[in-house]
Amino acid sequence: MDNSQYKNVFVFAEQRDGVVQSVALELIGKARDLAADLGEKVFAVLLGKGITPSAQKLVEYGADTVIVVDHEYLKDYVTEQYTQAMYQVLVEYKPSIVMFGATTIGRDLAPRVAARLGTGLTADCTKLEISEDTKEFQMTRPAFGGNLMATIMCPNHRPQMSTVRPGVMQKCTPDTSRKGEIINFVPKFDSSKFTVKLVKNVKEQKASVDIAAAKILISGGRGVGCTEGFGKLRDLAAVIGAEVSSSRAMVDAGNMPHDRQVGQTGKTVRPDVYFALGISGAIQHLAGMEESECIIAVNKDKFAPIFAVADLGIVSDLNAVVPLLTERLKKEMAK
Amino acid sequence: MNFNLTKTQELFRQMIREFADKEVKPLAAEIDEQERFPEETVKKMAKLGLFGIPVPKEYGGAGGDNIMYSIAVEELSRCCATTGVVVSAHTSLCLVPILEFGTEEQKRKYLPKLASGEWLGAFGLTEPNAGTDSSAQQTTTVLDGDEWVLNGSKIFITNAGQAGLYLIIAMTDKSQGNRGISAFLVEANTPGFCVGKKELKMGIRGSATAELIFDNCRIPKENLLGQVGRGFRIAMKTLDGGRIGIAAQALGIAQGALDETVKYTKERKQFGRAIAKFQNTQFQMADMKTKIEAARLLIRSAAFKKDESIKNDRINYSADSAMAKLYASEVAMEVTTKAVQFHGGYGYTREYPVERMMRDAKITEIYEGTSEVQRMVIAGDLFGKI
Amino acid sequence: MKILVCVKQVPDTTEIKIDPVTKTLIREGVPSIMNPDDKGGLELALQFKDKFGAEVTVITMGPPQADVVLREAFAMGADRAILLTDRKFAGADTLATSHALAGAARKLHWDLIITGRQAIDGDTAQVGPEMAEHLALPQISYVAGVEYDGKTFTVKKETEEGYQMLEFEGKGLLTVLASAFKARYMSVGGIVDAYDKEVEIWGADRIDLDESKLGLKGSPTKVVKSFAKELKQPGVIHEVDAEQAVELIVSKLKEKHII
Repeated sequence: MDNSQYKNVFVFAEQRDGVVQSVALELIGKARDLAADLGEKVFAVLLGKGITPSAQKLVEYGADTVIVVDHEYLKDYVTEQYTQAMYQVLVEYKPSIVMFGATTIGRDLAPRVAARLGTGLTADCTKLEISEDTKEFQMTRPAFGGNLMATIMCPNHRPQMSTVRPGVMQKCTPDTSRKGEIINFVPKFDSSKFTVKLVKNVKEQKASVDIAAAKILISGGRGVGCTEGFGKLRDLAAVIGAEVSSSRAMVDAGNMPHDRQVGQTGKTVRPDVYFALGISGAIQHLAGMEESECIIAVNKDKFAPIFAVADLGIVSDLNAVVPLLTERLKKEMAK
Repeated sequence: MNFNLTKTQELFRQMIREFADKEVKPLAAEIDEQERFPEETVKKMAKLGLFGIPVPKEYGGAGGDNIMYSIAVEELSRCCATTGVVVSAHTSLCLVPILEFGTEEQKRKYLPKLASGEWLGAFGLTEPNAGTDSSAQQTTTVLDGDEWVLNGSKIFITNAGQAGLYLIIAMTDKSQGNRGISAFLVEANTPGFCVGKKELKMGIRGSATAELIFDNCRIPKENLLGQVGRGFRIAMKTLDGGRIGIAAQALGIAQGALDETVKYTKERKQFGRAIAKFQNTQFQMADMKTKIEAARLLIRSAAFKKDESIKNDRINYSADSAMAKLYASEVAMEVTTKAVQFHGGYGYTREYPVERMMRDAKITEIYEGTSEVQRMVIAGDLFGKI
Repeated sequence: MKILVCVKQVPDTTEIKIDPVTKTLIREGVPSIMNPDDKGGLELALQFKDKFGAEVTVITMGPPQADVVLREAFAMGADRAILLTDRKFAGADTLATSHALAGAARKLHWDLIITGRQAIDGDTAQVGPEMAEHLALPQISYVAGVEYDGKTFTVKKETEEGYQMLEFEGKGLLTVLASAFKARYMSVGGIVDAYDKEVEIWGADRIDLDESKLGLKGSPTKVVKSFAKELKQPGVIHEVDAEQAVELIVSKLKEKHII
């Protein structure tokens, strides 16, 4: 394989119901950095039906060229249809690098395309860079449940493919004056291979709550006080897609139900982020949450034992902090 | 001599440990608090075949060995001593004696039901006036035509009211002393047989412990287990096996308490450091661990010998099971008491499981032969006839 | 009906710790388990066995000690077990692994292939879909439910927003979520028999695949470097007012890629 034939950084611009997903914009942001290091260009590949108008948005966020495949078959994501389209685009345009969001769509599509192309795919990358000296594409990702980081390369096969989780890369600030090339690509579909039928697509709120499964927990203790206090925590949780939990004291006081209790007689949790708000950190509580990936504690008492296990300890009045944080996060999430 | 578990036993240990952690542990505090029988767990255990571990497949059992059985009781008891004793009393005290002493008809009639967990089993030897002096049986049976008629009562019977079948020891001929005692199989709901009020106990509070009352209770002649006059021997042999189960229960309790204490002492900080760093903690816990391992080896050895005795009935494991039970129960009491001590004030509250484990441990020194009885058995084996 | 289930033996990554001195993973004493998503897949297959009398074959690609997960599968109720093991498979990335498994699958008869969504050591979720591609099978991933009426498979696929219902006829490959299929425990009788059953050992010569597609040689991706994650540093305590507190928190959330 002659690698020099393969140029440019491609991003699969994932869309759902016609809405371009944030992860696609984040990947375009990253693609710009990579392309700059390589002296190459950024292409976005947009598949769907009736999605041509969204192509311009991709240019505004940094794509130099958008390859649009606007076709009836691509109205909803189904594996084979999208694989055929993507495969033909990549064979035609020979990119050096292709990135997908590591979403349920990306993680279904990318391996199928990689296998069809006979090339390497690296999943859930947290860092992507071009090495200064050798100009090689280096992909870093977690393994062993996040305990180990591995740097991976795909030296002899093209394209080099990777998937990246939403929220890991940064979008560029959109530039509405930016101009780019928009190409309409028409693949040759083999519909005899379309054996799977999408019957229905259901959007629903997950019914029951298991705080042990939550990635972010906003946990309140005595410092939160009463039910209204927890209402403020629920507002904060809603902004970042977190769940609310509490210490035993609050469950005993009737402010929270037992299935949200963290601790010795409640549940043991290991979320990515555990907010301990107004929780002193008694040993029975620590037993239930000290393995959390990142602990952020807010408490008025600077001698509270919770600070011994917190990654970020804030001595401040949570009643002032929580509403301000909620507003600030609303702004951040809207970006 | 291989001290390792076989691959099959290791696979079994993996399963029962996962089952205990996921299905038994979450209910343990509630079972104790509410003093309720762990019905839902019993159903799950039945489905997996945990009520027929040592029964051959031809009788509906799992075809396992006594090492597996002792591991089962240990792992269950590590999380909940109540759940452990449900399996132990059922298996050692009802299922196994039928397997060892039953006629082919009795085996075909009762073993499949017991092994599948459709019926639980129980054993009635102890009476208000016959505890350690178990030969002082006052429950009587008289043959009347085609039926045996039982009169009398038993107390402190495990699985009482939950069992479908009871192995009852009773006096058939008082003039013959021990040789006048026989063993009988009594089905639940037999007219004339009723179960008294549930005992309120210090520990294993979810275990159904109650009195059995026989008032002209008539059972078919075929329900005599073994021969007339051989009941006392059947009871003693049954208890030899039962001691392995109770030893395993005690071991499980001790292990559970040790695990909790290791966890707690690593977390609890006083004087600026974890109390696990103090030499007092380390030395005492080292002793506790050593004793637990010693107990485990005694139990494995007794279970192994019992398995051997199935092929060669000249092998006598009485003293081995007595030593295992004596030692494991005393270790359990010591370890759980120290566990509470290491937890300090918190260990005295019901928020932590160690106080329950201490309350649970005590009975293992008493039932299925008190520690004093075990010493009698061991000394008897040591000195022979003197 | 015949079902082929792919399982992997993995270290229990929730038990893995990092050596603070050498900064490498401590692997001793970490128990090996059947990958949870694969176990869910096996449970699904066994439910089909209960309902439709399906014959369940389990296959794993791994070192000789992976035999244990096949015994576990027997004890849960699997009918046949194959250990695909050969030094030639060593160093395989997901593409090479999927080729090897597809090669083995071509030597077997099945109506459905089930794999777990992802393994807890690699966390890639790639082998199932890549296998499906090599075998030209329709694939559905993130499977949370399956119904079969004798002709059509109706599959529930979990998505971020809810779920989808999909249908296909004929053969297919499903990647399955552990959370959707609570795996049964091994039965005691099953465990007693597990080591009496035969685990078939298949080497590279059994699967008719070009050696260039196997193992390290057949792996387009290469691990250049691996390193343990940074150990947690003791946290810093800030006595600040509410605005500054919010700044600190937002920074931390950005650092952790939460926002």
